[in-house]
Amino acid sequence: MNTQIGIKDKPRKNALVMFIHKLGSPPWFYDFSGKLIPWCWLIFGVLTVWGLYLGLVKAPADYLQGESFRIMYIHVPSAWMSMLIYTSMAVMGFIALVWRIRIMEVLAMSSAPVGAAFTLIALATGSLWGRPTWGTYWVWDARLTSELVLLFLYLGVMGLYSAIDEPRKAARAACLLALVGAVNLPIIHYSVKWWNTLHQGSSISLTGGSNIDPSMLWPLLIMAIAVKFYYAANLLTRARVRLLEQDLRKGWVQNVVREQKP
Amino acid sequence: MSHTPFIWAAYTVGTVVLLWCALAPLLRKKSAFRDIRRLIQIEERSGDSNP
Repeated sequence: MNTQIGIKDKPRKNALVMFIHKLGSPPWFYDFSGKLIPWCWLIFGVLTVWGLYLGLVKAPADYLQGESFRIMYIHVPSAWMSMLIYTSMAVMGFIALVWRIRIMEVLAMSSAPVGAAFTLIALATGSLWGRPTWGTYWVWDARLTSELVLLFLYLGVMGLYSAIDEPRKAARAACLLALVGAVNLPIIHYSVKWWNTLHQGSSISLTGGSNIDPSMLWPLLIMAIAVKFYYAANLLTRARVRLLEQDLRKGWVQNVVREQKP
Repeated sequence: MSHTPFIWAAYTVGTVVLLWCALAPLLRKKSAFRDIRRLIQIEERSGDSNP
């Protein structure tokens, strides 16, 4: 009986281990991610159109902020992504440093420009929302300042990676910086609680009730999911290019180019 | 104060940054493909001249 269970369980366990092993293989990762990317773009496109339609057309104007609250549908998902991408970059960086998995180095380094883009959008759109709401584009408020520090951290990781010629050595140094910079994440999150800030506190809570009307909340959640697919598509595209650049003398890359698989 | 220009500006900034961020790796891929093709040609030529 036990033997039968053992025989039944073994292939299942092997399939998972095999998948993880395959993920670490650049040629397999290149092929696999190439199949995922178009689906990620498609889902991102559909969700963005749907979310923006609900947020910009269907949702009513806010009783206090008027129409300017609609900036929230790009500002809030971008701000969330800026922190989520940094978290994932730090986790991937940690895995890369501890287990020396090259694909994790590549993914961590490919995350940085996407995270920087979302941070820049969060800062710029927040500033554009601040002008009609607070009467100023910028204040040295704890939330805004810590988010600006996040942008500098992303730029620092990208800069350090570019400054070292050997890609694996560069990735390890940049992963270490990413890990150290993760200390900024709780500061950003709790800044509105720890300090008396001009930036408002959270309107949405995973544990408690959200003090935002469902007609305004749903478009925000749809947009928040949409940008995750943007990140996935962009990250995988960047990781594939990085692998091509790093392995350009290897047979699998030359086969990819010969077969014209873009 | 009309809020419309701020909304337009925010979505324009978002669109431009996200578009640039999506297009940049595609341009790099194009350039990487060109470099690899050149490398293959060099290797094939040197292989032909040294039988």
